[in-house]
Amino acid sequence: MQFLVTSNWYDIRDLSNLSRLILESVDKVAPFGVVYVLAPLIGFVASFLIFVLPSQLIVGVYGERKIIGRMQSRYGPNRVGPFGLLQPIADAIKLMQKEALTPTISDRAVMWIAPVIFVAPAVMVFAVIPFGPRMVIADIPVSILYYMAISSIPVLAAFMAGWSHNNKYSLFGSIRIVAMTISYEVPLVLALLGVVVFTHTLNLNEMVGWQKHFDIWVIALQPLAFVIYFIAVSAELNRTPTDIAEAESEIVAGYLTEYSGMKWGLFYGMDIGYALAASAFGATVFLGGWSFFGLDKWIPTWLIIIAKTHAFYFLFIWTRGTLPRLRSDQLMAFAWKFMLPIALLNLFVMATERMIWKEADFEQAYLYVFAVVNILFSIAVVYFWARFLGYKPENTPTKPRMVRDARGYVPLSELPGEGGRH
Amino acid sequence: MTSPNVVPSEPFVINIGPQHPSTHGVFRIRATVDGEKVVEAEMVMGYLHRSMEKLAEERTYTQNIPFTDRTDYLASMSNNLGYCLAVEKLAGIEVPARGDAIRVIMAELQRLASHCMAVGAFTNDTGAWQTPVMWTFREREKILDIFEMTSGARLTCNYMRIGGVAFDLRPEFEPAVRKVLKEFTPFIDDMAALLVENEIFLARTRGVGVLSAEMAANSSVAGPMLRGSGIAWDIRKADPYCGYEKYDFEIPIGYQGDSFDRFIVRLEEMRQSVKIIQQALDGLPGGPHSTQVPLALRPPAGEAYARIEGPRGELGYYVISDEGPSPYRFHIRPPSFINLSALREMTVGGTVADAIVVLGSIDIVVGEIDR
Repeated sequence: MQFLVTSNWYDIRDLSNLSRLILESVDKVAPFGVVYVLAPLIGFVASFLIFVLPSQLIVGVYGERKIIGRMQSRYGPNRVGPFGLLQPIADAIKLMQKEALTPTISDRAVMWIAPVIFVAPAVMVFAVIPFGPRMVIADIPVSILYYMAISSIPVLAAFMAGWSHNNKYSLFGSIRIVAMTISYEVPLVLALLGVVVFTHTLNLNEMVGWQKHFDIWVIALQPLAFVIYFIAVSAELNRTPTDIAEAESEIVAGYLTEYSGMKWGLFYGMDIGYALAASAFGATVFLGGWSFFGLDKWIPTWLIIIAKTHAFYFLFIWTRGTLPRLRSDQLMAFAWKFMLPIALLNLFVMATERMIWKEADFEQAYLYVFAVVNILFSIAVVYFWARFLGYKPENTPTKPRMVRDARGYVPLSELPGEGGRH
Repeated sequence: MTSPNVVPSEPFVINIGPQHPSTHGVFRIRATVDGEKVVEAEMVMGYLHRSMEKLAEERTYTQNIPFTDRTDYLASMSNNLGYCLAVEKLAGIEVPARGDAIRVIMAELQRLASHCMAVGAFTNDTGAWQTPVMWTFREREKILDIFEMTSGARLTCNYMRIGGVAFDLRPEFEPAVRKVLKEFTPFIDDMAALLVENEIFLARTRGVGVLSAEMAANSSVAGPMLRGSGIAWDIRKADPYCGYEKYDFEIPIGYQGDSFDRFIVRLEEMRQSVKIIQQALDGLPGGPHSTQVPLALRPPAGEAYARIEGPRGELGYYVISDEGPSPYRFHIRPPSFINLSALREMTVGGTVADAIVVLGSIDIVVGEIDR
């Protein structure tokens, strides 16, 4: 891999230069071992300052509200600061000032610890996201497994939160989120397994290297896996088409019903944190991570991954602004009946193509053939599997029947409407 | 859900309301649920009772008109109209042709505004996160601006008077209405494109809260609910008032009476209302907008019941006179209240999420239920 990036500390195209300089100079004066503690701290602080915090405040809170505002033909926040940019900060200050109420009948200890358990993994998942060839906080060989394991913890926190309130709405929410996560982890992992089988690595940075080396993004090779990943992850994150655990119109606020003040704020903020982590992970696995067809020689790689993450996050905002919510049983049925079979099929196809590719001695041209085949295959699979499960849009009447005078009951055999009958 | 193989479960009671995002006011369903399934639903109402029917017995006939604004606050024009028709029937007052036409325009504009609210709130209940409701509110706002221009008030218009309407239309009224109507049909198409062919929306509403035609007729529901169940019944056609027989429009009816049918019936009714308003504007007669009615009206002893097709169904006003200056008895037949009687039938057996969708599809206004 060729980079124009130098090893000078002032070369901001690779921030690891700077952190190495700091660590080396500390190592000269500090006792042995201090750098090992300091290194991850610098990484976390840097990734928080450069990526998480600005993304969370500007894209996650402000951008989401602004974009959804435009979708809903209103302005969105525009009062605090220039263009309303300080709105998230004003909100945070307001939340900190608010009293965090605890109901007398609640389980105080669990209710107190649940936000903490919810927040900690949100910080931990960023450890394995590669921001550049050398900019990974923890470059562990099985970083996908690490990510999957850590990102499942918040469900436990949500369940604890819902359970501790002693509130029936919260109970509904927490039971729903557990049931949903159990259902959606399966297709999610199967979709990622297809990627792992094909790229033959469990390390995120190597996966980016693979995509850079072959000049093709995994989304082109496995559009099906991308769609499954997006749907499953939006279900796990409680984003709107699938936000049954905090369904506002049904169970008030689900597992957050009794939370107020900054306890609620932690859940709200870290929901965005998880969505950003999932976006960063999706951008790394499917959209080429920090690589961008050679441009990564010139543009700082961490800017590329941030841009891709935000592009991915826009999909969440978009679906949130347009789609109604599914019912919990429909959501489970969708995971088990629709996504699981096509995820398995995707895995099978990817394994076969890996075999063919290996036989062909990892020829580059084969990848483009696979991409075309897989895109067509994905469309066909989704269409026919939906048909098989009973998707028949032409049978849905989109217009009511019309009669000219008030004559009482009109049997269905009479006057079929323009859209046909049931 | 209740097969013997599953873990034994115990039903528990959950209160949906009176403080709940989806009860459209202070209405409460006392639901007994077994897991997510509703096994019993009991309506609890009366949180917004303001004793309007009794208060009206102490005031003159004209003074009662503002009360009718505040029953169904989303359809004040329709309520004004129903009450004025009842008093006019009682006192034998004729309304000039222009007054009738203005009343029709106002009632239909009010239907548009009210259906905007109904459709938006209903989609909000299905979980479409605020987008459709914002779109419908945007359109409703334009109609409320017209109301403000005409009557001076946006929500509680108090525009109809016994014998006609309070004041004549302003010169800028007609172009303003035509402009709104021109933008309205594309908006309905937008809503249909966003929701009617949306798989998630269909999954949430098709087959949910099915009200059979027999059940609908037996529980005497009216309006879009009755028509959604496949019964062609519209007071504007069956018992025309204000010269509705002159206008060309059709009655939309549904297929099986589920929430989705009620939704598409409402969308189509909006299209028909646009049609009616255009016809009324084209043929707007001249002349006086109101007949002279004495301020202290004393109708002859007797009783009268007038009904109109309000946005939510048959809206009836029943007035008894004992020749005094105020009604001896004043009674409202509120469509939301009667429509709610089918709620238990539709919710029991579904899930909690379905119950919310069904409640949204009934389109209740609590001010009207509790009066």
